Amino acid sequence: MKHHVTTTVNGDEVEYLCDTEQTLLDCLRDELGLTGAKEGCGSGDCGACSVMLDGRLVCSCLVLGVEANGKKVDTIEGMAKGEKLHPLQRKFLEHAALQCGICTPGVLVAAKALLEKNPNPTETEVRYWLAGNLCRCTGYDKIIRAVMDTAAEMRGA
Amino acid sequence: MRYESPDTLEAAAKLLAAESGDARVLAGGTDLLVQIRSDILSPALVVDIKRISETRSIKEEAGGFRIGAAVTGAELKEHAALKKAWPGVVEAANLIGSTQVQGRASLGGNLCNGSPAADSVPAMIAAGAVASIVGPNGRRDLKVEDIMLAPRKLALQKGEIIASFLLPKREPHSGDAYLRFIPRTEMDIAVVGCGVSLTLDGSGTCTAARVGLGAVAARPLLVEDAAKALIGTKVDDAALEKAAAACRAACKPIDDKRGTIEFRTDVAGVLAKRTALIALERARKA
Repeated sequence: MKHHVTTTVNGDEVEYLCDTEQTLLDCLRDELGLTGAKEGCGSGDCGACSVMLDGRLVCSCLVLGVEANGKKVDTIEGMAKGEKLHPLQRKFLEHAALQCGICTPGVLVAAKALLEKNPNPTETEVRYWLAGNLCRCTGYDKIIRAVMDTAAEMRGA
Repeated sequence: MRYESPDTLEAAAKLLAAESGDARVLAGGTDLLVQIRSDILSPALVVDIKRISETRSIKEEAGGFRIGAAVTGAELKEHAALKKAWPGVVEAANLIGSTQVQGRASLGGNLCNGSPAADSVPAMIAAGAVASIVGPNGRRDLKVEDIMLAPRKLALQKGEIIASFLLPKREPHSGDAYLRFIPRTEMDIAVVGCGVSLTLDGSGTCTAARVGLGAVAARPLLVEDAAKALIGTKVDDAALEKAAAACRAACKPIDDKRGTIEFRTDVAGVLAKRTALIALERARKA
């Protein structure tokens, strides 16, 4: 039996049909065509599938699609406002805080969640917050610098 | 795989009891969904308990706190009064996984996943937490140390669900703490975990103590001899040494890639001392 799910994704009400076995990540990618969130490990270790679920940062590979019924989901696709990039996205480009880009949507969603909660994090706080977002290219330093720089800019703005 | 999300515990228990195949409770899913996706489990029924209000709330009760079994680590951390009363329990829960995992993982799930290395369990044992369990025949209470029997084996009957945990009222001059050993700084499974809760009288003598150990036996342990070594003392070096020896004596660990029997046994004593000192410092300030 398919579940009929009604949920809000990036502010828009959407509907999809899914099997119980389908994760929220599967539903976003395969049913809604939102392919920003990536499947890295599929076991909640890498953070490439990070999304916000009712305002909480979660791994969408560890949420069932049916669990999103009646909830609010925010993904990387909702981060830029039209052509206008979110400051984090702009700073990631400026700092070259990405190489292959697979982890980047998850890192950006996670970093945005941090800055909304804590606009003035220490480097240690940024590193711990992002410990669940694995990146095999950058060595993390550029990511951390981009997040710290964004935080500083957003505090000044 | 069937999915149900009832809004009462009675309905959830009935669904679980009526299923002839494997039936599982879904709280945060950070263990269950991994096991389903890797074909370790293939349940016929998954019952999501997060629409049941008791499982999702933190309430003050009898001077203590009733914590819903599906309350997330992130929510525990944000509850200032709970964190003040039981910092060790909150810290232990917050050691589980990443920020993302904290957004979903729960105390009920950490216990019912049935791993001897579960971080929150020794802290809950030290705290004297009691689980409130609802099943087809009604409700009963069970101490946390009596719930896990062996890896993946629980003292729950078919259809029974942990609805919430009661952390007791805190006496003045009480403190708790949890420490674990892992080979890196973050995101790993405990090689040894230790929870300690202490209460002091006005003169600084320990009047009550509980010590919980994880990852050193087939189930998380309440180490009563370690508590006895601390009660009636000023928690001085001699008492700490005795408590450490009691913890080492209680260990029945396995050799595995995380640590050898000798290492785990030794570290259990070291952690017991360090954890007790943090609990002591907190009790003095409380």
